Amino acid sequence: MRPHAPEGRREGLWKLWVASSGLLLFLAVPLLSLLTVLRPGAWLAQLRSETAMQALALTLQTTAVSTLLCVLLGLPVAYLLARAEFRGREIVDTLVDLPITIPPVVAGVALLLAFGRNGLLGRTLDLWGVQIAFTSVAVVMAQVFIACPFFVKTARAGFAAVDPRLESAAHTLGANRWRAFWTVMLPLARPSLVAGTALAWARALSEFGATMMFAGNVPGRTQTLPLAVMTAMETDLETAVAVSILALLLAVVALIAARTFARRWSVPGV
Amino acid sequence: MFRRKGESPSPRPSPGSGPLPEGEGPNVHHFGQWSPLPLGEGVGGEGNLHFDAALALGAFTLDAAFEARAGETVVLVGPSGAGKSLCLSLIAGLLRPDRARIALGERVLCDTSGGVDLPPESRRVGLVFQEYALFPHLTVRENIAYGPRARRRSRKEVDENVKKWVERFGLKAWAGERVGRISGGQRQRVALARALASSPEALLLDEPFSALDVTTRAAVRGEVRAFLKEVGLPTVLVTHDPLDALVFGDRIIVLEDGRITQSGPKEELLMRPRSPFIAELAGLNLYRAEIAAGEGLKEARVGEVVFHVLAEGVSGPAYLAFAPSEVTLASERHPGSAQNVFEGRVKEMLPLPDRLRVLLDVGAGLSAEITREAAAALHLAPGQTLWATVKATAIHVYR
Repeated sequence: MRPHAPEGRREGLWKLWVASSGLLLFLAVPLLSLLTVLRPGAWLAQLRSETAMQALALTLQTTAVSTLLCVLLGLPVAYLLARAEFRGREIVDTLVDLPITIPPVVAGVALLLAFGRNGLLGRTLDLWGVQIAFTSVAVVMAQVFIACPFFVKTARAGFAAVDPRLESAAHTLGANRWRAFWTVMLPLARPSLVAGTALAWARALSEFGATMMFAGNVPGRTQTLPLAVMTAMETDLETAVAVSILALLLAVVALIAARTFARRWSVPGV
Repeated sequence: MFRRKGESPSPRPSPGSGPLPEGEGPNVHHFGQWSPLPLGEGVGGEGNLHFDAALALGAFTLDAAFEARAGETVVLVGPSGAGKSLCLSLIAGLLRPDRARIALGERVLCDTSGGVDLPPESRRVGLVFQEYALFPHLTVRENIAYGPRARRRSRKEVDENVKKWVERFGLKAWAGERVGRISGGQRQRVALARALASSPEALLLDEPFSALDVTTRAAVRGEVRAFLKEVGLPTVLVTHDPLDALVFGDRIIVLEDGRITQSGPKEELLMRPRSPFIAELAGLNLYRAEIAAGEGLKEARVGEVVFHVLAEGVSGPAYLAFAPSEVTLASERHPGSAQNVFEGRVKEMLPLPDRLRVLLDVGAGLSAEITREAAAALHLAPGQTLWATVKATAIHVYR
């Protein structure tokens, strides 16, 4: 249901608009100014540059994989936090929240210390000839690390909102846990799961700090859109702006997709 | 029809325990436009439900045992928080007991001493949840099909089973609707149909009518009662509504604070209530009294108030019960032979269809029922002082 002003109290609404205009303008003006620098023709020309195309391709590939991983690895955690009562729940909760609150650069350093050549696990992996740091795999790992909380938190809220008695009902009707999850939990939590997926994807698209630290900035291998923007800013403003606009569009697409699917799949009366 | 391993494919169960009770035509009540076909496949548990379990939850302890025979409806009544719904959760396997032996016919569902604890999906116990817990993302038909599908029936079997229940409960016109779009009474039927379509061997109903408005409730109650008679499953119905208990209870079990305080056939309970809950149900004045020793007319002390009763062979703690219609009221104390005369204040007056119920405070609560004419003659008003008279012979005394 949409929030609405109480009946007969709409005449004062303009004051609220005035009060809200500060933040709304502050958000809109910079984003619009991105669009004022380039004419559409020049924008398209810039996008055909190798830097932009490579960065776009790499970003779409890595974020596709990392978003999928966020969902697959995040689902059980979200369900666990929504349904299970266990000791150390607070710890798990904090652990899942941390990537949102720590600076992404710090996350990058942490990943490097764990999976880098001389890292905790990296040393062992190195013995087997596996190197992760400064590869496309590192890009995906950095994105998963930073973006997964967005999926887990949203999915968890979705699971928690489903009446537990519905699962119980499914059990008494002969469904085991697995079946009850797929036929009752998942469809009822689907709007949240889709919204969480879109949020995680949007966050992975914009991932910069951890990627820079852990994966570096190698065009074609680890240079995603945000990294390409930063590199381009040093030499070529037009390219930087062109790629920025591209990143902005992707983010808008992610948010619209999340809204649309969440609305289409929501069940009335839930 | 599917059976467990080792079970003989016996045809109809023996008379008396079968799904169609003798002498009770299915046409007595109508469940929408149902067809009075024999239920046959999918329904027809042959075993009694045996329950004996204990569970501690914080300061609250449930410890109760009872049995529901095939075709019998046992009503669990009691105030809220007494543990009634807990019993159902334990039977369905949704909660783990501290100690329990729960069996359905020959099948042990849970035995803590034997290490048996079947998961809910293997118990074959149909539970109709309070407010139904229907799947909101599914249609009426899909809700009913959920059980048979979960039990991996073939598509054809599922379709036939669902069709049968949809027709029986008169849900055909709504079969394709999401359950959020149908009325409360219809949801009730869907909940029952869904539970029964999964071929349970016992049926549990948790406050089945509490979500309905008063007019619908009366109609649905009659339908469901006729229906339960017909399916012949051992049934446990939980309610806090006295009327449900009266309509459904072949046997009534009173649960208070986790313990069974009284149980038995409905008539016996109403004759000799031992809890305020049942006394209210029966519409009787009930007191816990201390009877003096002696012969003939004896003193029965209820707190500060002393009754005089005829209690052959009873002394010590006992119950006193009498109907409010046995109480007469007067504005002055009449000299007479009545043994129990109390002065009391009018606390409340409740109009009944043809009479008036007057609640008095005589040192203990006492309710009287008088005719409207008598009430008019007394010029009754709250706070007024009256004299209440009860004959000793009208007071029922029992332990």
